[in-house]
Amino acid sequence: MSERWMVGFATTAAIGAALGLLYWAGAYELRLGTILAMYIALATGWNLIGGMAGYPSFATAAFFGLGAYAGTLTQVKGVPMVLAWTFAAVVAATVALAIGWIVLRLRGHYFAIASFAVVIVLREVATNWTGLTGGGMGVSLPMLQSSMLAQARLFFAAQAVLAALAVAISLFVAYSKLGFALGCIRQNESAAGMLGLDARRAKTAAFCISSAITGAAGAIYASSIFYIDPSDVFDILLSVKPIIMAMLGGAGTVAGPILGATLFMILEQTVWANFLSVHSAILGALVVVIAMFVPRGLFGRRLRRRLA
Amino acid sequence: MIAQVLLNGLLLGGLYACIAAGFSLLWGVMNVINLLHGTLVVLGGYLAWMAFYFFGVHPLVALPAVALLVGLFGASLQAGVLGRVVGAPVLVTLVITFGLDLITRNGLLLSFGADFRTIRPSWTLGTAEVGGLKIPLDRTIAASAALAMTLALYLLLRRSWLGRAIIAVRMDRDAAALMGVRVRHAFTAAFALSAALAGAAGALLGLVFPISPLQSDGYLGTAFTVCVLGGLGSVVGAVVGGVVLGLVESIAGFALGAENASIVSFVLLILLLAVRPEGLLGRRGYA
Repeated sequence: MSERWMVGFATTAAIGAALGLLYWAGAYELRLGTILAMYIALATGWNLIGGMAGYPSFATAAFFGLGAYAGTLTQVKGVPMVLAWTFAAVVAATVALAIGWIVLRLRGHYFAIASFAVVIVLREVATNWTGLTGGGMGVSLPMLQSSMLAQARLFFAAQAVLAALAVAISLFVAYSKLGFALGCIRQNESAAGMLGLDARRAKTAAFCISSAITGAAGAIYASSIFYIDPSDVFDILLSVKPIIMAMLGGAGTVAGPILGATLFMILEQTVWANFLSVHSAILGALVVVIAMFVPRGLFGRRLRRRLA
Repeated sequence: MIAQVLLNGLLLGGLYACIAAGFSLLWGVMNVINLLHGTLVVLGGYLAWMAFYFFGVHPLVALPAVALLVGLFGASLQAGVLGRVVGAPVLVTLVITFGLDLITRNGLLLSFGADFRTIRPSWTLGTAEVGGLKIPLDRTIAASAALAMTLALYLLLRRSWLGRAIIAVRMDRDAAALMGVRVRHAFTAAFALSAALAGAAGALLGLVFPISPLQSDGYLGTAFTVCVLGGLGSVVGAVVGGVVLGLVESIAGFALGAENASIVSFVLLILLLAVRPEGLLGRRGYA
C-alpha cells in the first residue's frame, strides 16, 4: 500500500471509531477513549521536540499543569469552556517561548535536567501561590448541569479533536521545512548551524507548538475531572509516559507516538486492573524493558521514513 | 541571628555534598544521570531506621552496614541492567533509571507505607551554646561524618588503584581499556561507591529529618543543583556546591519563608544552567 492510501485508511478508521464511541459507547468506554486521545495528543506533542528534534524534554508535565491551571482559573472566573482551553494553549506557548529562550541553549543531559527543573519550579509555585491557585488544596470547577453520559461525550470529543489536531500539526511539520530543520538538528546541530540553519528558531517553534498542544490537553483534562491540585497535574509521570509511548512506537515519526500511545494505554489498563498495589513497579519494569530492548520502537524500522 | 542562619546552612551543606558527590561521580564517569539517586538516599534512611527500630542501633554505628548494603544494591543494578546499555543515548539511560526508581519506590512504599518515620536515639548530645549561637551537636556530627565520607571518596579517587582506574575510564574509555582497566568493573565500582555514599547520607539525614519515600524527589533535585553549582564530576565541586546550596537554601528560607526555599534553589539551577553550565569553579574536575 502506498503511503497516501495508508494515511487515508487510518484517518477514516480513526474517525469512524471516534464517531462509533460517541454514539454507542457508555460513560466508561468514553472515559477510556478520552484517556487514549489525551495520550495521543501528549505523545505527539512531545515527539515534536523530543523525537523530531532529539531534545530529551521532561517538561511535558510543566505545560500540562500550566494549561490545567490556566484553563481552570479562567473558567472559575466565568470564561466559557472552549475559550478557556484556547487561552490555556496560548499561555502554555507563551511561557514555553520564555522558558525555551533559556533552556533550549542547553543540550543533552543539561537540557533534560533543566526541563525537569521547570516542572518542579512550576509545581512549587502552584503549591505556594495560595492566593491564586488555592495552594495544595487545589481548585474545583463548578459541576456541569448535564448528564454523566453527555459530559463524557463532550470531553471525549474535545480530547479527540485535540488529538486529531496534534496529529495533523505533526504531519504538517514532518513534511515542512521546519520538520527538515528539526531532523538536521537531531542529527548534528553544530553542522546544521554552520550551513546557515537557524537552529534556535526551529527549536523554539517546535517547543512552543509542543507546549501549546500539551497545555490544551491539560486544560481539557482539568475540565473533565472538575478538580485539580499541584501534585496531580504537575506529576512527573506525565512527563515520562509520553516519552515511553513515543519510544514504544518509534520516536521521531508521525505514526509512532499514535501506535505507542495505543499500545501503552492497553498495557497500562491491564496492569491497573490486575495489580493495583504494585502497578507502579510493573510500569517501571515495563519502562526499563522497553528502553533496554526496543529503544528505537516496535515499529521504528518500518516507520523509518518520516511518516512512514 | 544571621550567624545562626549561616551555621544551619553550613551543616545542611555538608550533607548535600555527600549526596551530590556520588551523583556527580556517576554523571562524570558513565555519562549517566541516575534518577534513582534520591530514592537510594531514602533507602539508606529506612535501613538506618530499621537498624534503630529493631536492634536499637544508633545510625552512626549502623552507618558502614547501611552504606555497604545500598552500595551492593547499586552495584547489582549496574551489573544487571545499566551495564547492558553503556553508551546508549541520553534518553534511554534516563528512562531506564526512572523505571528502576519507580520499582524501588513502589517497594519502599509497600514495605514502609507513606507515613514519616523518625529516629530518636535515647542519648543525644543536645545543643551547645557559644556566644548566643546554638550549635545542634547531633547535626554537627552528622554533617562532619558526611564530609568525612566525601573526603574519603576524594582520597580513594586520588590515591587508590581503583580510583585511578575509575578516573582513567572517565577520561578516555578506550584508552583505559587498552591499558588493562576492566571498564565494566570500573563502572560497577563507580555505581557502588555512588550508591554507598547516597545510602550513608540517607542514614545521616535520618538523624536530622523524618524519613519518607516522598522526599526522594527533593534529594534528587538537590543532587542536580549541587552538581550544576559545583561543576560536573569533581568531588571538590560537590563540596563547594553543597555548601553554597545549603547556605542559599538556609538564607532563602529565612528571608522568604521555608516553603519558598526549594523554588529559589531550582530557579538558581535553571539560571546557572543557562549562564554557567560548567559550574562555579569553572573547570571539569577529574577527582
